[in-house]
Amino acid sequence: MKSLAELQAIRERMQARVNMRSEDSNAIRVVVGMATCGIAAGARPVLNEFAEKVQEKGLTDKIVVSQTGCIGLCQYEPIVEVFEPGKEKITYIKMDADKADEVFERHLIGGHVVEKYTMSASGLK
Amino acid sequence: MTEISLNILDVAENSTRAGASLVTILIDISTADGTLKVVIADNGCGMTQEQVAKVTDPFFTTRTTRKVGLGVPFFKMAAESSGGSFDIVSELGVGTTVTAVFGLTNIDRMPLGDISSTIHNLIVYHPESDFYYRYTVNDRSFYLDTREMREILGGIPFDVPEVSVYISEYLKENKRETDQEEVY
Repeated sequence: MKSLAELQAIRERMQARVNMRSEDSNAIRVVVGMATCGIAAGARPVLNEFAEKVQEKGLTDKIVVSQTGCIGLCQYEPIVEVFEPGKEKITYIKMDADKADEVFERHLIGGHVVEKYTMSASGLK
Repeated sequence: MTEISLNILDVAENSTRAGASLVTILIDISTADGTLKVVIADNGCGMTQEQVAKVTDPFFTTRTTRKVGLGVPFFKMAAESSGGSFDIVSELGVGTTVTAVFGLTNIDRMPLGDISSTIHNLIVYHPESDFYYRYTVNDRSFYLDTREMREILGGIPFDVPEVSVYISEYLKENKRETDQEEVY
């Protein structure tokens, strides 16, 4: 069994840099809909993909992944909204883990919106 | 919903939205009784008796973004269609307890699924609530209590990568040992 002793070790390792997390106001926010509609449509793997990629690349202070409830467009779930300071909100619809990966690479890292997955590309307003 | 764990993620989400400071999630698998029991209990704002009576109705919700509320009805249906039972008890200002019992060997029982991810997601994305989770298979069990973890961490949040990975591994490894090769 894994014990809490390891957690103690993590704390000791990190104590030196406890206050390093200054929430960057320029951070990109990635918000995944996680109400019943989102979860049933497969939002969990999408949320996990974003969170894992951000951790893997060490970008937790630049990109904040979070979740929200239902925004009333249940038929387009899983929905991901990307908020970038100074830019218009981008809404991606019918997402899955592979699409999340692509959005991470091309949009969050590369700065180019992946038009084909956006709500505006599907002709919705 | 394709997994019991996704139902749990969804229903426990209601507890955090109810402002619960503590959410208790118990999974109890008994091969002798032939049951898989799930209890989700919170100390959130609770519901009026009128709301409790309506909450299993798919056309009732307090949301304003849509007119249906399927989370609780899905969970109830999943339990009952496996020959199990469903119960919800709530008191305004005290909290809510949801109990779902599934028939363990019933062909219509959906798999438990990735319960470790569910618990991990709840902990990491709801830092304002504490979670007590216990996973039991017959006489073997383990638990996770975020209040204990908070005390050890002394202010380091759960979403720091090192801590998040630790929590995930803690859940997966201890579940594997509790399951002893069996998949539920």
